[in-house]
Amino acid sequence: MKSAVIVFPGSNCDRDMAVALEMVSGNKPHMIWHGESGLPDGLDLIAIPGGFSYGDYLRSGAMAARSNIVPSIRDAANTGVRVLGVCNGFQILTEIGLLPGALMRNSQINFVCKDAPLEVAPNRTQFTAAYPAEELISIPVAHHDGNYFAAEDELDRLEDEERVVFRYAENINGSARNIAGITNAEGNILGMMPHPERAMDSKHGGTDGRRLFEALLN
Amino acid sequence: MKLKIYVTLKNGVLDPQGKAIHHALESLDFKGVQDVRAGKLIELTVDDNIADADIEAMCEKLLANTVIENYAIEKVADSAVQETA
Repeated sequence: MKSAVIVFPGSNCDRDMAVALEMVSGNKPHMIWHGESGLPDGLDLIAIPGGFSYGDYLRSGAMAARSNIVPSIRDAANTGVRVLGVCNGFQILTEIGLLPGALMRNSQINFVCKDAPLEVAPNRTQFTAAYPAEELISIPVAHHDGNYFAAEDELDRLEDEERVVFRYAENINGSARNIAGITNAEGNILGMMPHPERAMDSKHGGTDGRRLFEALLN
Repeated sequence: MKLKIYVTLKNGVLDPQGKAIHHALESLDFKGVQDVRAGKLIELTVDDNIADADIEAMCEKLLANTVIENYAIEKVADSAVQETA
């Protein structure tokens, strides 16, 4: 699997993401600085990592979404390359407009940092294909702005098209309809607040994130 | 010329920050506050001949996220800008 990790000023999960990708695929991902204007050819996956790009100035993800590299990400996504945005990466994908809605301040104001039990809809996208449908998985969350918002008709559309692929088993941040992760209509772009790259090894306290990356090898 | 861009959350969008401020005001024993909504004020200093369409585009493309936010533009002539100590 040939992958790239996009690095912004203030990204702090980029190296964790790189380690996770190499652990599963055996290949080091290309680390791509946001100021670059192109991506390597033949990518299978573009990962937009967590962190606090540009210090969350203006809105989380707002500045990163206007970076030089973004048109290349959009072009690649439109040709079917898989794009995974985790945490700040999810915020950036909504700010770019590749995913609908917005991530707002958690409803209880507090930063939430804990293992989050998640329900998975496995059939919709390759990202979740390795998870059994009935199983609750546990993946860590760590965010201040994870409160998913979209207009009611947009939420209905997401549900009708089965694009809500991760839901919190209990609502930890005020997210509409317990949404923790969604895909685009085609299913090749996934944005999620929980951090699968932090649940790769038993020493992390859990390995439920690993299957997300492994499923992409198929 | 100065531009004041007011960015506010749309009606119906939960504002946890406003709620917390409201709660803090009540805990300070201020009575009669019915609701608090927090927003942003962004001040730009611009050329006097800047096009309105460009100002709109700045708001739409970056300054506000129109999924959740509204914006209002106020133009302030330089002569009307007063420094406050």
